[in-house]
Amino acid sequence: MDFLAPTSWAEALECKAAHPDAVAIAGGTDVMVELNFDHRRPPALLDLNRVPELADWALDDGRVRLGAGVPYVRVISELGHLLPGLAMAARTVGSPQIRNRGTVGGNLGAASPAGDSHPALLAAFASVEIGSVRGTREVPVAEFFTGVKRSVLEPDELISAVLVTPPSGPQQFSKIGTRNAMVIAVSAFGFALHPDTRTVGTGIGSAAPTPRPAPEAAAFLAGELEAAGLWSSRGALPATLATEFGRRVRDAAAPIDDVRGSAAYRSHALSVMARRTATWAWDAYRDENRSAA
Amino acid sequence: MTSTETRMAGRLGDSPLRPDGTLKVTGEFAYSSDLWHDDMVWGVTLRSPHPSARIRAIDLTDALRVPGVSAILTAKDVPGENAVGLEHLDTPALADGVVRYQGEPVALVAADHPETARRAAARIVVDYEVLPAVTDPRTALDPDTPWVHADHDNLVRDLRIRRGDPSPTAPVVVSLDFEVGMQDQAFLGPESGLAVPDGEGGVDLYVATQWLHVDQGQVCRVLGLPPEQVRLTLAGVGGAFGGREDLSMHVHACLLALHTGKPVKMSYARDESFFGHVHRHPAWLRYEFGARETGELVYAKADILFDGGAYASSTPAVVGNGGTLGLGPYRIPNVHVDARGVYTNNPTCGAMRGFGCVQAAFAHEALMDELADRIGMDRVEIRALNGMVEGDLTITGQVVDSAAPVAELIRTVRDLPLPAEPAGERDIRELPGGASNTTHGEGVRRGIGYAVTYKNVGFSEGFDDYSTARVRLEVVGGEPVATVHTAAAEVGQGLITIEQQICRTELGVEQVVVHPKDTTVGSGGSTSASRQTYVTGGAVKAACEAVRASVLRRASEALGRAELRLDGEKIVAAGGEVVASLAEVLTDPVEETVEWRHRPTYPIDPETGQGNAHVQYAFSAHRAVVDVDVELGLVKVVALDTAQDVGRALNPDAVVGQIQGGSAQGMGLALMEEIVVQDGIVKNPSFTDYLIPTILDMPPMQVKVLEYADPHAPYGVRGVGEPPTISSGPAVAAAIRAATGKPLRRVPVRPEHITF
Repeated sequence: MDFLAPTSWAEALECKAAHPDAVAIAGGTDVMVELNFDHRRPPALLDLNRVPELADWALDDGRVRLGAGVPYVRVISELGHLLPGLAMAARTVGSPQIRNRGTVGGNLGAASPAGDSHPALLAAFASVEIGSVRGTREVPVAEFFTGVKRSVLEPDELISAVLVTPPSGPQQFSKIGTRNAMVIAVSAFGFALHPDTRTVGTGIGSAAPTPRPAPEAAAFLAGELEAAGLWSSRGALPATLATEFGRRVRDAAAPIDDVRGSAAYRSHALSVMARRTATWAWDAYRDENRSAA
Repeated sequence: MTSTETRMAGRLGDSPLRPDGTLKVTGEFAYSSDLWHDDMVWGVTLRSPHPSARIRAIDLTDALRVPGVSAILTAKDVPGENAVGLEHLDTPALADGVVRYQGEPVALVAADHPETARRAAARIVVDYEVLPAVTDPRTALDPDTPWVHADHDNLVRDLRIRRGDPSPTAPVVVSLDFEVGMQDQAFLGPESGLAVPDGEGGVDLYVATQWLHVDQGQVCRVLGLPPEQVRLTLAGVGGAFGGREDLSMHVHACLLALHTGKPVKMSYARDESFFGHVHRHPAWLRYEFGARETGELVYAKADILFDGGAYASSTPAVVGNGGTLGLGPYRIPNVHVDARGVYTNNPTCGAMRGFGCVQAAFAHEALMDELADRIGMDRVEIRALNGMVEGDLTITGQVVDSAAPVAELIRTVRDLPLPAEPAGERDIRELPGGASNTTHGEGVRRGIGYAVTYKNVGFSEGFDDYSTARVRLEVVGGEPVATVHTAAAEVGQGLITIEQQICRTELGVEQVVVHPKDTTVGSGGSTSASRQTYVTGGAVKAACEAVRASVLRRASEALGRAELRLDGEKIVAAGGEVVASLAEVLTDPVEETVEWRHRPTYPIDPETGQGNAHVQYAFSAHRAVVDVDVELGLVKVVALDTAQDVGRALNPDAVVGQIQGGSAQGMGLALMEEIVVQDGIVKNPSFTDYLIPTILDMPPMQVKVLEYADPHAPYGVRGVGEPPTISSGPAVAAAIRAATGKPLRRVPVRPEHITF
């Protein structure tokens, strides 16, 4: 197996163009497991740890540009205010050791339906910045995933960053596992209120072949909030509305039975998580108003 | 140690540092997977993908062409008898014409690099004719079910206990069906070892195991060699819990080493480890209790089925424990028990901490709660009422002839302080779901559950259960030094510390060297059944006594004085006068070897199950407090408190460590630990999907240790390691039932069992 170790982004893209079957590796928390279990034997690894352009985040033209190589531990410690949903998701990733090494870019690259970042990024309407020697493009996260562990990435492309607009409202993330830490999601849900556009963001994890939003449920909730004047009045979220939102999120999923849980349980859990996270976020939105008053 | 201390530290009753403790904490301890030999080659195992198949042919042509391969072996290369097994020799070292479970070893490859060996193994072409697999143990004994072994029906052992009135009646009758999933030992150090050929046809095997001598016998049989030519040394063991009682890579590495003439290392990866050792038997249990309106048990009936999987392993002993102990530590005059273990094409099941009792306790404790509720009695008090006391008869008619403090144990855990009731905003890590942020308190209900158990200590039913100890006392650099040599495996439980403590106490010397564990001394018996402190401890004590007698005899002869005794490192006369130092008398080393046995046990009557089957019983009780998110089915164990009678705590810290670890393992079975098998195929052979409790799942514990010395045991000790694994899980399950109001008749309890 070849080991390619570029030291700049330009060099990394050249490497990927020259070795399109090379597998990009950052923290190695996914790739090395696959190698150790002999699930894949790539002809080459493309190590991105020495590429400085991936290693940081910054506010860029009003958006957060999160370098693909920034580990979860930094998302938690540095970005709780700018990417609150993602930071909550990052706290649920593996163990401290995994959070020290694992990256959001790597999570996207693996494109697992169970990736913890994905529901939070979907709810926040984030985009993925993708580069190649041919140039740079930006793909909304909702369009990034194409199948189980498949994405829109072309063989010569690498993920350079995630682009997210700072939140205009509260965000939440919730994940089901059968133990209280260090567990792969049985199902997960990301939720974001976007008061600036009076929209709602949603993200479903581990309950369909790909991470996916629940656009109909999101539009329903935003519309009901609008119709009842709640965006302005910041009145309480009616329990029936939260429950109906949960039901519609559940209907947006397409879960399967597997060793981690049954399809029926996943659907049920999604409806509960959607109801609860929406309620928590809305209560926080109401609290903002109170503290501002 | 300060100079003002009159008594050296590290004697019995102290908790000295383990000799291997610092190395393990700093990551420097050499486990069996760290073994290395300069010119070694690597062995790997090709395993069956099918739970049941006939092997029509094996084509090695392509595999042998891989550069770097030094040997590929199959059943036809086995020089001796191709049969191993703890109780029945029914297990081929390498599959011979047929495979009976997914993962059964079919061929071995040795190569200069493990990856080379794996690639070669992948090129071995095995022509399988897939056969129907027996995967439901509940129909394994049906007349139209195929036999897993051509020469034997699917019954491994059938145990019956009949006592008292054959048709008892009672005013209150409760019954239930319970199911227990397949737990794994999940030890962290995978199966590994190094076999080094001696150039004269023999081999030295360094391996992580639980019983060197029983391994040696099996390896000798397969290799066709006498014991002198097959020497075993214990390598660093990373946990065992019963999973290292059966052979794994032992014979395989030796076969490859003798074939290639080179040292051979084998070390399983995690996924292979799930196929490389036996698991805890899944069980199906049907129970009925009859009682008076006042709560006293009148009768108990139990029908228990254990899935033994493809080979017998320890299934007979598991059936033995499940049958003789499976009604719990209660006084029951009329008893009807049927316990069976069967062959299937599922993974082989065998020894795991608390076996037989772990499965049964879930059923009898759930039923005891049911009985208490039915007659409106307190769940603790009904256990106290029916709990055994010293002098009671067990269901096999054996007198319990030392402490049986069931009532005190269960009341003790009840009376321990309860965790505070939740109030105000809570850290999500304290809630069900933990850091995953699934509730901020919504849907959370608290429940409390109790359970009590007893477990036999040591090997039972007439087994000649002994251990051998060799103790040597000599002067090194002017100081007396004791060396203790046993073959008893240290698997993390702390036996080496206990051996040192016994030598210090008996011989009064400070320096005690623990000789590496190997087969140059007699058998130490198995590190199983909570028996090593009792049995090997007893052997070390006896060897020390023999050494002390020899030293004093020698001193008497040299000094011309009688009635001498050893006081610390001094020889003292009857009047208290110091007549010599130990070092002065020890001109030559003194060495004694003793084979020590506990009181004999006896087989039970095949028709009635009556008999003195066990040598000692150990009792424990747990109280679990859980918070359950009843909408999502997620559980947070808030407290898991316990009381246990340990006879005498020779090393109090080690005792508490065993109790904490055992409790965590029992809790794991109640909540999450299960090997999921579908149609004979393991669905989760990894720590990604076989979940064991993390530090966020394990609550703080209050541990109350009772010390009612057993007058029949050395120092009064009682086995410690297993009871916590038995009573913790049923207490957790009971607490979840209390929180949810659901019957929950299966463990592990999964979120969907609570939700739907």
